[in-house]
Amino acid sequence: MKPENTSERFIVSSSPHIHEGSSVERIMLDVLIALTPALAAACYFFGFDALRLTAVCTATSIATEWLCRVMMRRNRSIGDLSAAVTGVLLALNLPPSLPTWMAVLGSIFAIGICKQIFGGLGYNVFNPALAARAFLLISFTGMMTSWSDSDWSATLTLNEGVIDIATGATPLGAIKDAVKAGREIPGFTLAGVARLFIGDTNGCLGETSVFALLIGAAYLLYRRVITWHIPAAYTATVVIFATVLYCVNPQTSVMPHIHLLSGGLVLGAFFMATDMVTSPVTKRGMLIFGVGCGVVTMVIRTVKTGAYPEGVSFAILFMNALTPLINRGCRNRVFGAKS
Amino acid sequence: MDSETIKFILTPFLWVGLTGLVIGVSLALAAKYMAVREDPRIAQVTELLPGANCGGCGFAGCAEYAKAIVVDNADITLCAPGGAACVDSIAAFMGVSAGSVEKMTALVMCCGDDESAERRFSYNGINDCAAADALAGGDKGCTYGCLGYGSCARVCPVNAIIIEKGLARVNKALCIACGKCIAVCPRKLIKLVPTAAPIHVLCNSKDKGADVKKVCSSGCIGCRLCTKFGDEGAFVMDGFLAHVDYSVPITREEVIEKCPSKCIRRN
Amino acid sequence: MKTVSAPYQFKGGIHPDYHKELAWKSAIERMPNPSELTVPMSQHLGAPAKVCVSPGDAVKKGSLIGEQNGFISASVHAPVSGTVKAVVQSCSATGRSCQAVVIESMDDGETEYFEPIVEWLHTHKERLRNRIGEAGIAGMGGAGFPTRVKLSPPHDKPIDTVILNGAECEPYLTSDYRVMLEHADKICIGAEIIQHILGAKTVRIAIEDNKPDAVRAMEKACAQERQGIEIDILPTGYPQGSEKQQIYNITGREVPRGGLPMDVGCVVENVGTSLAIYEAVVHGQPLIERVITVTGEAVERPANLLVPFGTSYRKLVEHCGGVRESVAKVISGGPMMGFAVGSLEIPTGKTTSGLVLLPSGCIQQFSSQACIGCGRCVDACPMGLVPSELSQFIEADDIEGAERIALMDCIECGSCAFVCPAHRPLVQHMRRGKTGVMARRAAADAQTRK
Repeated sequence: MKPENTSERFIVSSSPHIHEGSSVERIMLDVLIALTPALAAACYFFGFDALRLTAVCTATSIATEWLCRVMMRRNRSIGDLSAAVTGVLLALNLPPSLPTWMAVLGSIFAIGICKQIFGGLGYNVFNPALAARAFLLISFTGMMTSWSDSDWSATLTLNEGVIDIATGATPLGAIKDAVKAGREIPGFTLAGVARLFIGDTNGCLGETSVFALLIGAAYLLYRRVITWHIPAAYTATVVIFATVLYCVNPQTSVMPHIHLLSGGLVLGAFFMATDMVTSPVTKRGMLIFGVGCGVVTMVIRTVKTGAYPEGVSFAILFMNALTPLINRGCRNRVFGAKS
Repeated sequence: MDSETIKFILTPFLWVGLTGLVIGVSLALAAKYMAVREDPRIAQVTELLPGANCGGCGFAGCAEYAKAIVVDNADITLCAPGGAACVDSIAAFMGVSAGSVEKMTALVMCCGDDESAERRFSYNGINDCAAADALAGGDKGCTYGCLGYGSCARVCPVNAIIIEKGLARVNKALCIACGKCIAVCPRKLIKLVPTAAPIHVLCNSKDKGADVKKVCSSGCIGCRLCTKFGDEGAFVMDGFLAHVDYSVPITREEVIEKCPSKCIRRN
Repeated sequence: MKTVSAPYQFKGGIHPDYHKELAWKSAIERMPNPSELTVPMSQHLGAPAKVCVSPGDAVKKGSLIGEQNGFISASVHAPVSGTVKAVVQSCSATGRSCQAVVIESMDDGETEYFEPIVEWLHTHKERLRNRIGEAGIAGMGGAGFPTRVKLSPPHDKPIDTVILNGAECEPYLTSDYRVMLEHADKICIGAEIIQHILGAKTVRIAIEDNKPDAVRAMEKACAQERQGIEIDILPTGYPQGSEKQQIYNITGREVPRGGLPMDVGCVVENVGTSLAIYEAVVHGQPLIERVITVTGEAVERPANLLVPFGTSYRKLVEHCGGVRESVAKVISGGPMMGFAVGSLEIPTGKTTSGLVLLPSGCIQQFSSQACIGCGRCVDACPMGLVPSELSQFIEADDIEGAERIALMDCIECGSCAFVCPAHRPLVQHMRRGKTGVMARRAAADAQTRK
């Protein structure tokens, strides 16, 4: 028998008693909203495959998240939408022709291995979608680098027969092949650059349409889900790096704007590198993080003997690993501390 | 093989061998001259301890306790998990007499769960008893009772404590009496009691009966019925709170029925 | 006298919705004396006062009922005339347990005040300090530090600037605002008394720019040809009222880590404290009442009330027409740094600047989610700390680790928890960590003394 409850029961907590109204769910929802233009572009350019992979990845991610939480006897967390974000991001990082089972495997790896084993949202060291992409890229290199042919190469100003068009490649892939073979680097016509911007080219589902990605990025910036620091530092570093290379050796390097518009740089800089969990918390740390991503990306892209033409995912994963270190080294000055 | 090839093969072998020799000799010398002499009995006593490393003895793990026994003649009866058997073996080894050690178990001296004890407000914050207690004195109406946020359960090295209906309960079959829960409880209501003791007064409230009744229907109201109906001297009053004197053997268990608020219970 | 914009601006801080319009317009009204008051002995920071009356004693308004007990303590006086009914164990305005004197009030109009010091400018500083001490004045901004102690800096710490804190950056609260509007001249005289005691060169009155009429009122009150008095307008934001941040905004000086305002030659006093000093010196009235804002979406008729200490929160709410909808949280003080209380049977005290009643839709709900590393708390922290990392250290019981990354510099302003999208109870973590550090330091002290 409970004694008579004589008075009203108030909530007692520590201060502060009010909140600005943000929430993890709202942040994740904003990211999903911001990804819809890219998703729409992917559907337009790649057709049914885009829908297929997105649906498979998202569903598998959410299912894996739910299963892991049940198995670990933790509170259910699919409501925070982070699994859905990971699923969509992973799908956008896959080539359109990838078999469904590989996408399923990647999603399970992303949520199960990269996120829940570490303890779930907030504890993961690496961006789950990117880690899963790296996992698939290393395990199934062939499938992960075979591109359904968009006839983008017609827009290149190239010498007849310089690039074997039939194999199909991404713009950066073709360039790397040319550099490796010691052939002349293909140039891009204005129309070609425009197609890169619109997204009518080979590549992963979400990385091709810079235009759609920028719409989403603008939304994220407007909603203050991301700040300018990481994307700006990242892209600026890439541009500076590429400009210097181009000035030093125009024969074997491409113009900086081609670097910007291709190889998933925009997707990486605005959507992947800005992942809150795996990027630094201070503004100074974010700038260092962005610069680091830019440098590693350009090193991977331009080292002649390297295997990968793109490098954005590996660059971000590498910097993810350094994030705790950056956080440690980049704390703000404490008010009143001797400078 | 020409001399160039021989030289090519020999040089690394020589260098590696030489380096190995220098390091080996210096290690040997270091082992001889910089050795820390340790009483071999320390390792042997460590072997006799259960190896739970619970820290209940007050030392940082079993090896430290063994060292304290051998070097500083520490009390050998401090190891709760090991119990009497452990004490006996150490006593035999060290050649000292131990005396008898009673097996103890931790007990939460509160039975006011969410059904019987009132909560003054809804607490919203860190899932930690000390944190909850620091906030306006805790949400439990009774300022002596178990808050039920499970700080004891989290420090228990053997998972012997569970939280049921907002109340911590110790499983005495699992408890090793290490005392960690006792140290962490902000209300100091976990006590070590003899495992063999049949009944206990599960209340810690020193308030007057009327005040206890206001906040909890299963708190000790200080009516003294247990001192009347229980064994002679088995129940002792401390103000308005009854205690069990565990040195008195219990024969009359019907006292459980006599207690008006049913806070005398079997463990 | 001049009015300027504060020349500096601290980093960080937040911009909550202020909701001051709820009680903004209602002039201060005197609350009728309740029939019974429970006056707590702990209404300030430091040791509780020692009860010096016993049941049955007759007291007059202003009679001493609790003696100052130690250096950091403050005396307590009877807020009304009447009879001491009992000395009971009750709780302070923050909900902590302490002794209290229950007085049955009787409106006989008699008072037992101190002798007024009208010629304060020609009175010895020590006498003024003693008056402030015996009047039981404690900081009325919220912390309740005994004012006499604050006004007695050691000789090697000369004070050149007195800052009068009228920022009132806490949302909802309007008591300081109304006091500035209605008692500007008294506040100015109070400020001059403080300036005289400390021998400070200048007085700076800090007011946020969302209270332009308070600025005008203060300007008018100080508009004589007085030199060395200045009104500094701060941009609206939280925590503009925080001592360290305010000193920085106005003077550009940073209070060193672990230091006090007097280390940079400043003393900050709340405008309410200044008014209390005026009353104590010029009229001899001890601190027995204050202006309290009773507000919040759940209150029927938000108001600013002049309340004798010891009036229960329930009486205040009843005087304001009761509650409008179901109340989820009752906050003693402002919603950013105030204390949530579990019942309305709690007496008001010297630090009760407001009583905010909020329905469930308006309050923070903390959760045990993990930190997602968004870094918003880092941007919001006005002290340059990393609250996310601090809370993780404390959660892992690594108190030393937290101390290394400046846990003790936290001012518990709550900006971090206000913006945290994971709704982590960051301030509670900090408090828990600080308690741990204090315990460790005390243990270390005991060790060295051995």
